[in-house]
Amino acid sequence: MANIIEDETIEYVSILAKLELSCEEKEAAKKDMGRMLDYIDKLNELDTSKTEPMSHVFPVQNVFREDLVADEGKGNREDMLANAPERTEEAFVVPKTIE
Amino acid sequence: MKKQYETVIGLEVHVELATKTKIFCSCSTRFGSAPNTHVCPVCTGMPGSLPVLNKQVVEYALAVGLATNCQINQYCKFDRKNYFYPDNPQNYQISQLYLPICHDGFVEIETEAGKKKIGIHEIHMEEDAGKLVHDEWGDCSLVDYNRSGVPLIEIVSEPDMRNAQEVIAYLEKLRMTIQYLGASDCKLQEGSMRADVNLSVREAGTKNFGTRTEMKNLNSFKAIARAIEGERERQIELLESGGQVIQETRRWDDGKGMSRAMRSKEDAQDYRYFPDPDLVPVRIDDEWIERIRRAQPEMREEKIARYQEQFELPLYDAQILTESKHLADIFEEAASISQKPKEVSNWLMVEGMRLLKESEMDAQQLSFSPCHLAALIKLVDDNIINRTVAKTVFEAIVRSDVDPEKFVEEKGLKVVNDADALEKAVTEIIAANPQSVQDYKNGKEKAAGFLVGQTMKAMKGKADPGMVNEFVRKLLNEA
Amino acid sequence: MRILDLTAMELGKKIKAGEIGVEEATAAALAQIKAAEPKVHAFVTVDEEKAMVRARQVQEQISKGQLAGPLAGVPAAIKDNMCTKGMLTTCSSRMLSNFVPSYTSEAVRNLEKAGAVILGKTNMDEFAMGSTTETSAYGETKNPWNLEHVPGGSSGGSCAAVAVNECFYALGSDTGGSIRQPSSFCGVTGIKPTYGTVSRYGLIAYGSSLDQIGPIAKDVADCAAVLEAITSYDPKDSTSIRREDTDFTSALTEDVRGLRIGIPDDYFGEGLDSQVRETILAAVDVLREKGAVVEEFHLSLVEYAIPAYYVIASAEASSNLARFDGVKYGYRAQEYEGLHSMYKKSRSEGFGPEVKRRIMLGSFVLSSGYYDAYYLKALRTKALIKKAFDKAFETYDIIVAPASPATAPKLGQSLCDPIQMYLGDIYTISVNLAGLPGLTVPCGTDSNGLPIGMQLIGDCFQEKKLLQAGFAFEKSRCYKGPALAKELEQESGAVFQYTSVPQQNDSQ
Repeated sequence: MANIIEDETIEYVSILAKLELSCEEKEAAKKDMGRMLDYIDKLNELDTSKTEPMSHVFPVQNVFREDLVADEGKGNREDMLANAPERTEEAFVVPKTIE
Repeated sequence: MKKQYETVIGLEVHVELATKTKIFCSCSTRFGSAPNTHVCPVCTGMPGSLPVLNKQVVEYALAVGLATNCQINQYCKFDRKNYFYPDNPQNYQISQLYLPICHDGFVEIETEAGKKKIGIHEIHMEEDAGKLVHDEWGDCSLVDYNRSGVPLIEIVSEPDMRNAQEVIAYLEKLRMTIQYLGASDCKLQEGSMRADVNLSVREAGTKNFGTRTEMKNLNSFKAIARAIEGERERQIELLESGGQVIQETRRWDDGKGMSRAMRSKEDAQDYRYFPDPDLVPVRIDDEWIERIRRAQPEMREEKIARYQEQFELPLYDAQILTESKHLADIFEEAASISQKPKEVSNWLMVEGMRLLKESEMDAQQLSFSPCHLAALIKLVDDNIINRTVAKTVFEAIVRSDVDPEKFVEEKGLKVVNDADALEKAVTEIIAANPQSVQDYKNGKEKAAGFLVGQTMKAMKGKADPGMVNEFVRKLLNEA
Repeated sequence: MRILDLTAMELGKKIKAGEIGVEEATAAALAQIKAAEPKVHAFVTVDEEKAMVRARQVQEQISKGQLAGPLAGVPAAIKDNMCTKGMLTTCSSRMLSNFVPSYTSEAVRNLEKAGAVILGKTNMDEFAMGSTTETSAYGETKNPWNLEHVPGGSSGGSCAAVAVNECFYALGSDTGGSIRQPSSFCGVTGIKPTYGTVSRYGLIAYGSSLDQIGPIAKDVADCAAVLEAITSYDPKDSTSIRREDTDFTSALTEDVRGLRIGIPDDYFGEGLDSQVRETILAAVDVLREKGAVVEEFHLSLVEYAIPAYYVIASAEASSNLARFDGVKYGYRAQEYEGLHSMYKKSRSEGFGPEVKRRIMLGSFVLSSGYYDAYYLKALRTKALIKKAFDKAFETYDIIVAPASPATAPKLGQSLCDPIQMYLGDIYTISVNLAGLPGLTVPCGTDSNGLPIGMQLIGDCFQEKKLLQAGFAFEKSRCYKGPALAKELEQESGAVFQYTSVPQQNDSQ
């Protein structure tokens, strides 16, 4: 395997991804990611120096909304809060974000 | 000898745009509503929802870019900035990193040290986050997404400022410009304009920049000035004691007059930007730029020049009148209706400013109809009320936008120029002041003035002073 | 005749003619679901009551002449990654085990406007990540042709449900082959339209630049009708495309004379099962006999599609799935200390291994220092792949390919080696990268009796050519579903028959 994934890398990526991996999962992730990157490195065979990155397949541009209000206030609140794991009458509840 | 340090400051200014709806959905941007009342699947990050760009956001960003001498990226895109925080419902913020709408502009500021250009690195469009309210007693925070998705532009300056005066002058300049454009009301206290200060220090004369910190939570110009001073001192102390400045984000506590690092091991500060696949690029053709350019309002400098030339106002008056676009608009409309720019200017400059100062308001808060001021000027001109009464009427206009004609009518404030009534009043005053009559006869001119004053007082100021004067002299001579 | 044997279009006609009632058809499908689910498990959610209420409403509207489309009253199933107002939408994930959307996805709304009766939500690979429907948090779906085999994925539930007559058609989504590959494995017909044809609003995103919704049905005619119904320009989806040529059913002619068909040699070489190769080439011969012009050519870049795809799809997925954090909806861990612990525990417990694998990979390729080397490189590769297709379509109207290197594997064999599983997507993935339409039509079975599908690939916006060729081909054969479909119907004792005598107003 050409790509060796260090423990620190897995640690770092799991902070970015907000995932908590068990020891076995970490080991598996190191192996998986290494193998995937080896495979992805195949792309380096291609000369893409003269090719622009393509995000969108079609050259669609300038899709806009007019600045017109559609919500009429309070109707949506209950709908938006309905699935919240923890809530009050009017807000989502999360663990305290500052000390 | 003690080392000399130079402060290097760059600003990141966030401005909430004055659109009716959010940047990517049709929810209202109205301020101050009950929590989560302007929300929909898009701005609460519901699964499957998709963003669609509000065209007005692009127009405002373009207007600000043109007014700050920026180059326009005629092909610009939106990117996702990925980080987890509860005020950010998708856990990514839609912003612009790779191709921001405007870049490489400048504004000119003026301080005691003279004029200076402050470079603008870029202006980009992005969405605002929701609001977190911290439960004082419990161990939780409440999330309100009313502000989530409100459009912002972020104006990133070059590190061209060297002290707090320049920073304040730069912010004032931006605020004035953006207010003139109508792109935002730019209120620091309400958060529709927010400035983050990037500051570093270096030994005077060196070329390289020192390590900078970013200061957040600055809610007023005063706080900004204090934070700059505080951070400058902190960094110098660190360096003097052999330490090093760490590149970090700090939160200013204006009450305590100190800042604290916002570091957390859970924040890797790696935002993994990539082009948002849910949005398509914005292509801005020359025609669109031209249209925005043509629609740009007259800016302050141009107004000052025009007021001096067209209305023959002194420089100082022109400056005061244009300090807020709102005041300038009132002035111009009233001047145009009344065709008496100097009169209008006098009212606003003297009585207007006095009333504002008295009630601790700023010109932005004036809410009367300019036609009422014009009507007041006409009433004075036509001699229907006198100057003393006019001041009372003006105050009523400013405070509650009354129609001066009706107000004068209802309160019975018209000048009394009925000859019989005046003659009767003067006769009574003369009869009641025999000593003054005697004095007059003895050649004391002043006594006539006193009697005129007494009559005016008895008539509650409404009498025509010219006519009262005539009657006093006539009756004194006859007496 | 049996109701369940009808295609969606046939049923629609009979409902319109009053020969079959909407409630009757719905009850037939629900009875089949009851009989089949213990064996096949194609659904995550079935809402009998809602379906019957809806059936009554639709019948009434049809009777009053308010609904007259070809699909009015026909019962359908929806992949569980499309939001349905008031109906559980799980993406087959523990993360969304209790998520009831407040709005309906645009594609489903379009179906409802066309008079569809929604029976329920079909099983899938968790968040559409997988090729077997085994990564579902609610148990795997089994292939109705052989219950020891997978139905393919990620739209395995939709394809199995159509194959075993639990519904008359279904919606699936396709990010890297998720409609076309399971259609092939289950012997049904499925089309992934050109990117932007069907609104993604309400489709829970996996890889936003690749995701497209499409129909899965018993034959090409049904696919054309359903596609016609769900296609719309949607101002709520910025990537939605305004199209004029969406009368797809008008393409259903058998005439393929002069149609230029390209056979890429790099799709038929090493790695392709020989039975699959022969069956597809035999199907191509049918089209040749009908007047199509067939030619071999070299497409190139085939081996780069999978690595490019996994970089792009994983990167987008890592960002798209960030919103599942235990704050606004879905799973929140029971125990945690503070905000970040809540995030980590909720996500680690809520997502399955394949989803976590892709989120990790996606976060890595976007992280500081790797963005150019991986993400931009993949986007440049995508541009080259698109160019290779553009060149091919200068010469050919249609490209014929397999939908998968082999027929459906046995359950439990694929997940232990993810890369091996990813390699199975080799013939479908480049179509997503290039935004092209692709249609899978069943064309035979292998020696084990497992279905083989032929994939027809068209240039952007050329769905009609695909439908035309597919229609011409299927007219040469007779649709035969899995034996299980009929067995179950018999077993359940609820064989719904209809006679040709019009039954007026039977719903009132």
